Amino acid sequence: MPARPLTHTRAFAHGFRDGLSVPGFVLISSFLGFGALIRQSEFTLFQGLLSTATGWALPAQIAMVELYTAGASFLVIALAVALTNVRLLPMTVVLMPILRSRSTPRWVPYVIVHWLAITGWAQALRVCPELPRPVRISYFMGFSMVLWPGAMLGTMLGYYLAGSVPLAISLGLVFLNPIYFMLVFASDLRIKTRVWALCLGALLGPVLHLYLPDMSLLVTGLVAGSLAFVIGGGLSRKKQSAS
Amino acid sequence: MTETLTNWGPYIALAITFAVTYGWRALGVALSGRIRTDSPIFEWVTCVAYALLAGLIARMIVLPLGSLAETPMIDRLSAALLALAVFLLTRKNLFLGVFSGFACLVLLTWGRAGFAFG
Repeated sequence: MPARPLTHTRAFAHGFRDGLSVPGFVLISSFLGFGALIRQSEFTLFQGLLSTATGWALPAQIAMVELYTAGASFLVIALAVALTNVRLLPMTVVLMPILRSRSTPRWVPYVIVHWLAITGWAQALRVCPELPRPVRISYFMGFSMVLWPGAMLGTMLGYYLAGSVPLAISLGLVFLNPIYFMLVFASDLRIKTRVWALCLGALLGPVLHLYLPDMSLLVTGLVAGSLAFVIGGGLSRKKQSAS
Repeated sequence: MTETLTNWGPYIALAITFAVTYGWRALGVALSGRIRTDSPIFEWVTCVAYALLAGLIARMIVLPLGSLAETPMIDRLSAALLALAVFLLTRKNLFLGVFSGFACLVLLTWGRAGFAFG
């Protein structure tokens, strides 16, 4: 980090450089799979890019495309996206007090929050507390302005690759979607309730899909998630912390 | 896919996804600094989201929708298990794990097409 005082421009550049490293590379490659998924869905490349630009949260983007392709109603899509992305609410609640300063105009957080997703959130949470408060948003935006266009580039590459490589490779690209998220979840198994949620969800999801194709994801989430919460002791922890 | 005139369905799905997703983010800004995020309600919400996504991931591996459905289930399961094994054996190297799952499925598909031993 430079010893000179950090201007907004330099903080932005600092974030931009950090984006051009491992987390940025992993994120961009993960969107290759999404582009390949778009190629075999009812969505056009433009719509796929629009999804990356406006959704900016890959799991819900995949869920939306999968549900739409399976013929789910818009209500089901809205509920599934809401349940998938509700995690953005607590993430934002935690990060915003770190990012904003007293001089930040009231509307600015409402704009920059669009780029808040897991990779940028984890990065900002780690780096921003060490930066002077007024330039933290600039750092976050610098980082995001690598990831966001990068993810669109990844989407486009995946789309064109899936159409030009041999079928076996294009199948592999589509397969990146579930594999990537399976491993992302497997990397954080410290909290018992969440492990239960993953296991029960993985068992219930395919089974319910056979009986309730339209509603299976919602029912899986609510039933397996609530069951995991109870089994894993989520209720008893409440009592402990309350006493 | 060829587009016949304009199919508005995907745009509606995109608009819904954007509105719902941005809604959570904006609500997070409005509530930031005012609510606790370590309360049981957030842990329950996380459990529901995890279970939903695990259900989707498992379904995409076991019962995929598009062209992946033409690959044998045993190939997809083997590739997924290999990815998990490599990931755990390489101290959680995401790139190596994902790549081995990808390579395994590609090679199995190629093998079956080339030698037709499936």
